[in-house]
Amino acid sequence: MTELWNDSPGSFHPSSTPDFLPEIVDLETGLPCPEGGEGELVLTTLSKRAMPIIRYRTHDITAIIPEPCCCGRTLRRIRRIRCHSDDMIVIRGINFFPSQIEAALLAVEGTLPHYQILLNREKGLDQMEVQVEVTREVFSDQVRALENLQAQLAQSLEHTLGLRVKVRLVEPHGIQRSEGKAKRVIDRRRDV
Amino acid sequence: MKIHQLSLFLENRPSQLRAVCKLLADAGINLLSLSLADSEQFGILRLIVRDWQRAQSILEEANRLVKVTEVVAIEVPDRPGGLDDVLAVLEKDNINIEYMYAFTFGLEKKAALIFRFENVDAAIVKLQAAGVNVVGSVELFEHAEV
Repeated sequence: MTELWNDSPGSFHPSSTPDFLPEIVDLETGLPCPEGGEGELVLTTLSKRAMPIIRYRTHDITAIIPEPCCCGRTLRRIRRIRCHSDDMIVIRGINFFPSQIEAALLAVEGTLPHYQILLNREKGLDQMEVQVEVTREVFSDQVRALENLQAQLAQSLEHTLGLRVKVRLVEPHGIQRSEGKAKRVIDRRRDV
Repeated sequence: MKIHQLSLFLENRPSQLRAVCKLLADAGINLLSLSLADSEQFGILRLIVRDWQRAQSILEEANRLVKVTEVVAIEVPDRPGGLDDVLAVLEKDNINIEYMYAFTFGLEKKAALIFRFENVDAAIVKLQAAGVNVVGSVELFEHAEV
């Protein structure tokens, strides 16, 4: 529904005409973000009469770029859309995406193992566990080597996310395979 | 002189060990010795079987992760101080034992122990030079038959 005008690299105008009002809102509070802050793109039509939309939440995560665009238009310009808010995980006020977890696992193992993120609530506090399948490349007959791997993965995740994460090694094919897109996140926080 | 040991990753929950044992039982593979190392979250099952290649392929077909490691079987006199003599040799040559476990049968008044060293070949050379009897797979499995 949005017209995209790509002018300056890495950014675009959501519309070429001043018929849309783009806003960036905080994902949790829904309140407008400070100028240039990252959040969800919300659109409102200003001139449509037949089918107006008011503060439509796009689920796209982006930010408004305050600086003028090289194309000369003075309309608002937004950053390239990085991800979709549906994929985002919010835990203890920290937001991150599964892609960041993948980067952390990849940094330790060299190849991306099959993994799953489990979110739970224990004693009123959100907990995150990352289950990682043990691969042929990293498996060892020595407990020490596997405990070392576990510690390295936990450290890499903590470094990437700024959050202490529990890592559990599971057997190969221990994580259920789903058809099509892999189900990476299991959120049980509302079940408690 | 080296014995092939199969190692398997097990999650720390009921029925994990049995699942592996059942696979081997159904294939008629006898376990000659085993050791189970455990941590808070997982275990590592180490197995000695005669036909390790067949056991490996059966387990791998069942999607099990199997690692083959070379270990050393050492004959130790079945008397007080028998093991101590062997350990004295290892200590003198500064050879570290990663882990060890005992065999389920004796070799006529002697016991057989399985040792895992970081450098297997170097350890065998040192042990043999000190007169310790390192048992090969043929001899070991012959005794297992009795």
